[in-house]
Amino acid sequence: MREITYAEALREGLRQAMTADPSVFAIGEDIGVYGGAFGVTAGLLNEFGAERIIDTPISEAGIAGACVGAALTGMRPVGEIQFMDFVTLTMEQIVLQAAKVRFMFGGKASVPMVLRTPSGSGTGAAAQHSESLENWFVHVPGLKVVMPSSAYDAKGLLLAAIDDNNPVIFVEHKLLYKTKGHVPEEMYRVPLSQTNVVREGKHVTVVATSVMVSRAVQAAEELAKEGIELEVIDPRTLKPLDDAPIIESVKKTGRALVVHEAVEMGGFGGEIVARIAGSEAFDYLEAPVRRLAGLDIPIPYNRELEYHTVPQVENIVREARKLARGEY
Amino acid sequence: MFANGQLQPEVIRRYHEVIESLGPEFLKAMLQDMHTIRAFEERAEQLYGLGKVHGTMHLSIGQEATAVGASNALQDGDYLLNHHRGHGHCLAWGSDVNRMMAEFVGKETGYCRGRGGSMHIADVDSNNLGANGIVAGGVPIAVGVGLSIKMRKTQQVCMVIFGDGAANEGAFHESLNMASIWKLPVIYLCENNQYAMSMPVQKAFTIENISTRATAYNIPGVTVDGNDPLAVYLAVQEAAERARRGDGPSLIESKTYRYKGHSKSDRQAYRTRDEVNEWMEQRDPIMRFSALLTTAGVVSEDEANGMRDQAIKIIDDAVAFSDASPAPDVSSLLEGVYA
Repeated sequence: MREITYAEALREGLRQAMTADPSVFAIGEDIGVYGGAFGVTAGLLNEFGAERIIDTPISEAGIAGACVGAALTGMRPVGEIQFMDFVTLTMEQIVLQAAKVRFMFGGKASVPMVLRTPSGSGTGAAAQHSESLENWFVHVPGLKVVMPSSAYDAKGLLLAAIDDNNPVIFVEHKLLYKTKGHVPEEMYRVPLSQTNVVREGKHVTVVATSVMVSRAVQAAEELAKEGIELEVIDPRTLKPLDDAPIIESVKKTGRALVVHEAVEMGGFGGEIVARIAGSEAFDYLEAPVRRLAGLDIPIPYNRELEYHTVPQVENIVREARKLARGEY
Repeated sequence: MFANGQLQPEVIRRYHEVIESLGPEFLKAMLQDMHTIRAFEERAEQLYGLGKVHGTMHLSIGQEATAVGASNALQDGDYLLNHHRGHGHCLAWGSDVNRMMAEFVGKETGYCRGRGGSMHIADVDSNNLGANGIVAGGVPIAVGVGLSIKMRKTQQVCMVIFGDGAANEGAFHESLNMASIWKLPVIYLCENNQYAMSMPVQKAFTIENISTRATAYNIPGVTVDGNDPLAVYLAVQEAAERARRGDGPSLIESKTYRYKGHSKSDRQAYRTRDEVNEWMEQRDPIMRFSALLTTAGVVSEDEANGMRDQAIKIIDDAVAFSDASPAPDVSSLLEGVYA
């Protein structure tokens, strides 16, 4: 089976979408000759030309607005915001325009756009280039929010996001770009709003997103040596959320841990916990539902400080073990 | 233009050519539309007073010439984006006044099924991409519409109408620059009505004309008398021709004046009654255009006088339509969030 990186998978998905549909185009800062800050669009300028791989000035609100306007008039733009931190500069267009025009216009317009952006820490880029802000978008009706955790999902979810007739915030992770995985060459889709059970297990349900999925799998492999079986679940699409597999899993395990990189307070984990607590899984709980997430601080520069700011494999191992052993 | 209340002969000569080329029916329709906009706005205010609408509204009384002059310079298939003071733009665009009124009062038959209201009226089928409640919110969207036109290789243009306040948003600058570097078919029409809510242009700018900002983006910038529909028409027409030729965007500043407050909560402490009266009595766009057309022999005094009555009838019918229309059913509340 062919293995390629997460960044290559994204590029292949974008290339296939642009080849299949002339209304698909990409727009963003340094996506042309430079190939994107993380190389996702490398080479596409030569294949598709400057009319469809559009390098922009440093104008994030303009990029977002360009996507909204093009999407409203028959195109399928794929915008890139170079670092997720910079979505702050696009919020008006995304939150007040892209998300709302369909509803405000009585359902008579659609905004089929994708906004790709890399989130996450671990690169030593400090507080303004390392944030995980996905839950801001989860809070906005009209948006969809996708976070692929593997190369396979990156391609399949990107193609599904481009097909979708709604604005999709497509949150990538910097540490995943160079990770490899099995990716079929054909043009396949991973449907949006389809939660994935990544690894089956019977003792603790671990719901993880983005880079935390592979960390949770590593934790599961370690705990398996102790006879503790984690069931690792990746929602993949945070909004609209397919929560049924999570609830089913917790009914089986009776224990749940939610892991994400974003700051815990007000984070997506709270939503998952509430879904579990408000569901029929409540009656099956044998322990408090726990969260493991980023500390409520900006991401620091120093490597060790940065490392300790967000959940690592050993943190997941420790938390899941305590849950499994009934120590909560 | 006026001396002792009389239209000066040189004005008639200056407009002779454009009046000839547009023809009497076109010009009469423009004047009628100006009356209809004013009647719509007056009725909107009245309905608000009667408690038939809630929320707020932003009336464009006094600014009718800009709306009518601009829309009439474009063609079927062109795009419109505008902002919260947008009733007039929408009517001038040719949208159905009944469905506008129904939207204004929040009925299911309204353009947005009662979900949008005064600030968000859109008529997507006629490429009216809607009014925007965020100052300058539609300005960067125009870049995307322009890109889309360019990529689809059609001859359409996109006109985005915004106020003087929007010209001080960052999005305005990002948008003009992007449209300029990519030579997009966009017409930026800044409707300078002298106040961004309470902030006068004299305090918000150190430049005399907002159109001079075009220089920074190396695009044409002109300032026109926004109370003269033909001046606006000619400027927009020229910008549209340029855009269709592939020569890129233009910035037009249309200087006008709003007679009413910014919105319903405005006590207008920032301006004097004398200032408002001066605009109403000396520079009213309907009075001026009516005088021009009667003096030029395009319409008779009787016809001109009858247009006000016709406008009121149009609005009466629209109110009857909206009164008879059903309110949205609460069971449909969740519809239209996702496609």
